[in-house]
Amino acid sequence: MIEKTVAELSAALAAGEISSVELTQAYLDRIAHYNKTLNAYITVCNDSALAQAKAADAARAKGDTSPLLGIPLAHKDIFCTTGVRTTCGSRMLNNFIAPYDATVVERFNAAGAVMLGKTNMDEFAMGSSNETSYFGPVRNPWDTEKVPGGSSGGSAAAVAADLCAMATGTDTGGSIRQPAAFCGITGFKPSYGRVSRWGMIAFASSLDQAGPICKSAEDAALMMNVMAGLDEKDSTSIDLPVEDYTATLNDSLEGLRIGIPRQHFAEGLSPEVEQSIRDGLAVFEKLGATIKEIDLPNNHLSVSAYYVVAPAEASANLSRYDGVRYGYRCEDPVDLEDMYKRTRSEGFGAEVKRRIMVGTYALSAGFYDAYYRKAQRIRRLIKNDFSSAFKEVDVIIGPTSPHTAFGLGAKSDPVAMYLEDIYTIAVNLAGLPGMSIPAGLPGGMPTGMHIVGNDFAEAKLLNVAHQFQLNTDWHTRRPAALGKEA
Amino acid sequence: MEWETVIGLEVHVQLSTKSKLFSGSSTKFGAEPNTQANIYDLALPGTLPVLNKEVVKKAVMFGLAIGAEIGKRSIFDRKNYFYPDLPKGYQTSQLDFPTVGKGTLTIMLEDGSEKVVGVTRAHIEEDAGKSLHEDFHGMSGIDLNRAGTPLLEIVSEPDLRNAKEAVAYLKKLHSIIRYLDISDAIMAQGSMRCDANVSIRPKGESKFGTRTEIKNINSFRFVEKAINYEVQRQQDVIEDGGSVVQETRLYDADRDETRSMRSKEVENDYRYFPEPDLLPIEIDDSYIEALREQLPELPEAKKERFMSQYGLSDYDAGVLVVEREMADYFEAVAKTGGDAKMAANWVSVELQGLLNKEDWEIGECPIQADRLGTLIARIKDNTISGKIAKTVFETMVEDPAGVDEIIESKGLKQVTDTGAIEALVDEVIANNPDQVQQLRDGKEQVIGYLVGQAMKLSQGKANPGQVNQLLRDKIK
Amino acid sequence: MALDKSEVEKIAHLARLQLSEDDVGEVTKRITDILALIDQMQSVDTENVDPLAHPLDVVQRLREDEVTEHNQRDELQKLAPLSEDGLFLVPKVIE
Repeated sequence: MIEKTVAELSAALAAGEISSVELTQAYLDRIAHYNKTLNAYITVCNDSALAQAKAADAARAKGDTSPLLGIPLAHKDIFCTTGVRTTCGSRMLNNFIAPYDATVVERFNAAGAVMLGKTNMDEFAMGSSNETSYFGPVRNPWDTEKVPGGSSGGSAAAVAADLCAMATGTDTGGSIRQPAAFCGITGFKPSYGRVSRWGMIAFASSLDQAGPICKSAEDAALMMNVMAGLDEKDSTSIDLPVEDYTATLNDSLEGLRIGIPRQHFAEGLSPEVEQSIRDGLAVFEKLGATIKEIDLPNNHLSVSAYYVVAPAEASANLSRYDGVRYGYRCEDPVDLEDMYKRTRSEGFGAEVKRRIMVGTYALSAGFYDAYYRKAQRIRRLIKNDFSSAFKEVDVIIGPTSPHTAFGLGAKSDPVAMYLEDIYTIAVNLAGLPGMSIPAGLPGGMPTGMHIVGNDFAEAKLLNVAHQFQLNTDWHTRRPAALGKEA
Repeated sequence: MEWETVIGLEVHVQLSTKSKLFSGSSTKFGAEPNTQANIYDLALPGTLPVLNKEVVKKAVMFGLAIGAEIGKRSIFDRKNYFYPDLPKGYQTSQLDFPTVGKGTLTIMLEDGSEKVVGVTRAHIEEDAGKSLHEDFHGMSGIDLNRAGTPLLEIVSEPDLRNAKEAVAYLKKLHSIIRYLDISDAIMAQGSMRCDANVSIRPKGESKFGTRTEIKNINSFRFVEKAINYEVQRQQDVIEDGGSVVQETRLYDADRDETRSMRSKEVENDYRYFPEPDLLPIEIDDSYIEALREQLPELPEAKKERFMSQYGLSDYDAGVLVVEREMADYFEAVAKTGGDAKMAANWVSVELQGLLNKEDWEIGECPIQADRLGTLIARIKDNTISGKIAKTVFETMVEDPAGVDEIIESKGLKQVTDTGAIEALVDEVIANNPDQVQQLRDGKEQVIGYLVGQAMKLSQGKANPGQVNQLLRDKIK
Repeated sequence: MALDKSEVEKIAHLARLQLSEDDVGEVTKRITDILALIDQMQSVDTENVDPLAHPLDVVQRLREDEVTEHNQRDELQKLAPLSEDGLFLVPKVIE
């Protein structure tokens, strides 16, 4: 049962084939068995999960038919959860227990979903391999010597290994899509502003966006129906009506105009990943779509611009971790400055400190125009590239990542790691919706197809992905390395 | 050498809203530490700001009152620095696109002439908390109740040329803010705070000298003292062959001096950038016009009206309009009393004297406007004389009873009965034959003496006009 | 552009991070590499391009001026590393 999609589980729960308590227990058992190997969860909530499951079963008995009622999920440990610690993968928040729920968490609670626990992640979501976590790296369920991608690596690994039915993630430069690609599952990053950021610990405020990590586009639509929508507590949450994202999943793709960016099929892309994507494009052509090459001429600058904007915003967002009101404080500070410096140096890991330094530098006197303002101008160019492209095409498709998952410890050079996100980062800079869906298994490792839409074209993306999944079975493949049941 | 002083003021005003700039925590003054510091104010991870509507309204009202350009699109920025009373590690402020742009303020100088002072800008920002330095085992305690309280920082041009001008500017600013009722603006409580940028230059020089910024000035009086001290200090430094160091200095009121703060300013690099958690505030013309309609009558307009409507002198009107409460008080007195000039006189002399003596705000004064108005009405209708009225006024400070009740109970009612006055006049004529003769001989000023004698006999209660008339009738 | 050690130390101080003598060299090298990546931006002329600070082209929503939060001091101070008498304690603040 636990390998099923949310849509399938929802039907099974509705039909009384299984109870939420049974389902939840099955996932908890599997977590108990495999989490030691995968390290996908930082915190597992056995008791509260079963209590929520029991409540869900009771609600169902009373006639509640919410689609996600009783479905077990995992939250990335970046979302604040009342009473359950929220670490953000950092020593700094090792013992932080928020007295409030993130809006995303609150919405899943209200929908009757069951929280199994909090998933591992790169520290403060800064990383593309899940190796920067204070709680140790997550391993890829397809090959435990490889990384699951990052920063939402714990959520992606947990979904791929059936340690939950669905999970939440966040995406600042590719942190949902790249791990989804590496773990052979579906990851969806909504348009900036579509999902509330309240209670989601900030990395880079103008780029961060929460989204679903799950087993199918249909599941992503079900999750988006819960997650999306205006939140008065987040000034950047957009006041646009929320569609029923499941309503248009079955629309025909006849006449769909797909753009494939030349810049995403260029040097650096591994041939087997390229083959997977081209095979996938052929599927769309059979469904009546037309393919057209397009240009995103400034895409190659996206990583550069991103590594100014994101660290700059992060450098300020992370100033609050000062050891005064919550979180880690160093032992026996001799004075105020010593408290600040040692608290922050001991509480943050190397990558986080590096990015704080880069961001501080980019904003400092004399460099602001050359770095920060320049990056903002590049950001405009990148946004304009997409706007021009969407005059000609409905969606843009390419690879999510240049290659499949790499080995743990294989990329020790930060710059090499940053270039991992070369296809995904521009989407965040422009605030567009993007998703990754499984598109092949070259050498036994998953590849991801990246689908990008225009502003707030969530429903279109999900429709395109769902039609692909109706005609392929990559999304149903599960890692052989792990058993079907615990 | 003759020196010229150049002063610019940065005034922080706490806008009087119920809740904070970006959170729903209360802004009430004087609460127990940290009882008004909630999750956003404490910068807990994942919390986000949502802008208080009232703050924008109050800032725009201020802008309109000083004839400023209103920023059609204002943008918040983060100003980054570490301090324990600054929970986020940055202060949300406005750098390049403030809500209020250039405006002006007209001040009255001591010689009675007017001076127009430029206001560079006024921007919205959040207040910090407080560090308490009492001894907590050698540590400081942090209270974040104030953190996130909305501030309007009003920055003047370096147009002020001496400490008295600076005080006049500050008082005018205070007056407008109180008229608009956008802040309590009480310097002693910190709801209005003033930093002064002070420099000197040789008279005639057009270039500015190196300036220092004086902080921690918490009364109008200290503004003058701190600036005067600092000007003298800078002169001494330069005349001794040294040069002024650009720095922040703290005013110490107890010792009446300014002293250098640890020169931490030198290393400050605030790394401003646009606040990504907030979007631009857009202010359209219809909003501005609607607020303009709601603006109260401001001091200058009120002064003009007082002069034309009540026939007050330029000086009297000017004094009465400084504080909105005083102006309102005056108008109430004039209405009840039925004589505006008398009301103006009583308010600016007797009442003001009382307030000064007791150090009262007008709102604390036990003589309410309707009582003072009634007192004036009783002078007008000859129930009491002006002299007796002063006695009644003094009684009123202690006695909350009605004016008529006081006059009655103390037997101060003026004698207007012609028979009684005639008896008094007869007695005075009989007792002062010399003076009566002198009056008959045309020595007019003697009448004053005779009236005075009659008043004395009546213990002040006789109507002096009637006494005067009867004396003349009988002597002629 | 290459950074020198003193610049790195200055940035670390601004960010209130402590760098040990051993770390400075490594950190300097890493950051210099990152800046080289970033400097690729300089190859494009953006003279007439408007900066884009935020992906959303909408305006700020405003909240009614209402007190919606109430005293939670006891609960919140449980999160603090050090507090007493309702205050957060820190090493002496010197003005």
